[in-house]
Amino acid sequence: MQFFGGSDISPSPPVATGSGSNGHMMYVFNRNGICLLYREWNRPLRTLSSQQDHKLMFGLLFSLKSFTAKMDPTSVDKGNLGVPQLPGQGCSFHSFRTNTFKLSFMESPSGIKIILVTNPKTGDLRESLKYIYNLYVEYVVKNPLYSPGTPIKCELFNTSLDQYVKNLA
Amino acid sequence: MAPLAPRTGDAVFANVERVNAELFTLTYGAIVRQLLTDLEEVEEVNKQLDQMGYNIGIRLIDEFLAKSNVSRCVDFKETADVIAKVGLKMFLGVTASVTNWDVDGTSCSLVLEDNPLVDFVELPDTCQGLYYCNILSGVIRGALEMVSMKTEVTWVRDMLRGDDAYELRLKLLKQVPEEYPYKDDE
Repeated sequence: MQFFGGSDISPSPPVATGSGSNGHMMYVFNRNGICLLYREWNRPLRTLSSQQDHKLMFGLLFSLKSFTAKMDPTSVDKGNLGVPQLPGQGCSFHSFRTNTFKLSFMESPSGIKIILVTNPKTGDLRESLKYIYNLYVEYVVKNPLYSPGTPIKCELFNTSLDQYVKNLA
Repeated sequence: MAPLAPRTGDAVFANVERVNAELFTLTYGAIVRQLLTDLEEVEEVNKQLDQMGYNIGIRLIDEFLAKSNVSRCVDFKETADVIAKVGLKMFLGVTASVTNWDVDGTSCSLVLEDNPLVDFVELPDTCQGLYYCNILSGVIRGALEMVSMKTEVTWVRDMLRGDDAYELRLKLLKQVPEEYPYKDDE
């Protein structure tokens, strides 16, 4: 039987294979497009208001997911582009890379989306995002003072996140 | 890198921190007892337990997903199996069997042989209408709602009311498609 807090976060953090601060920023969205958390470590250039920025990011992911499902060569059953999909339908992407950054993306079946923007040389971060999801569960979901669906204001979560992202390869 | 395989209920159960079963049972009993005193009406207590379960469910789902590595279920059948074999095992330490599917595959029964909530419990005559374990149905309803399934969860059989097992009826009302949450006017 399981009660609040105290349990170890499993799996244990993936081993960092390099050092240096590669993380630029991170977003956590819920299924309603509400930005639960925005964390910034290294972002010299900002052109939009934070609200527009969050919205643009969410829209990008939403459309990209819809595109990947549409382009999927292995599945027969695809809806029309832009038509809402049932949960579990369609494939999704893990990351994309440009010449200046890499964006890694994870979505849980409960609709929590975690986005990490890093240096383009960063390796596969799927395990790291899973670990961050575990941090979210331990420090946010299990926090009785946190009401679901509201922006996260949890010092402990932020510090462990900063710590973890700093050591990412 | 291959994605991690989903873990079995036993594997997760072995890894999470547990609390003494009697403490758990008695604490739950104390909550129900207090609700009966506060709310007086048995019907109100049923409602309140369901609501408490729902509030637990909408949080618990993330812990479940994070620890079990279960990915999206293909259909409701798989969902019911996962609840019965992994979910209940992980949080309650018991498993259920899934039976009585209807033809559409949208409703089924979870039959629990063993239920840790009800050790030491007897319903007095004044509380015959009480669904003592109503918190469980709320938890399942809340958790499923977070993975886009609107469901109705009701008790069909209850050993405290003289039946031979605990049976929960799960009915899938609708699956909510994922929609773009913002309006176009900006």
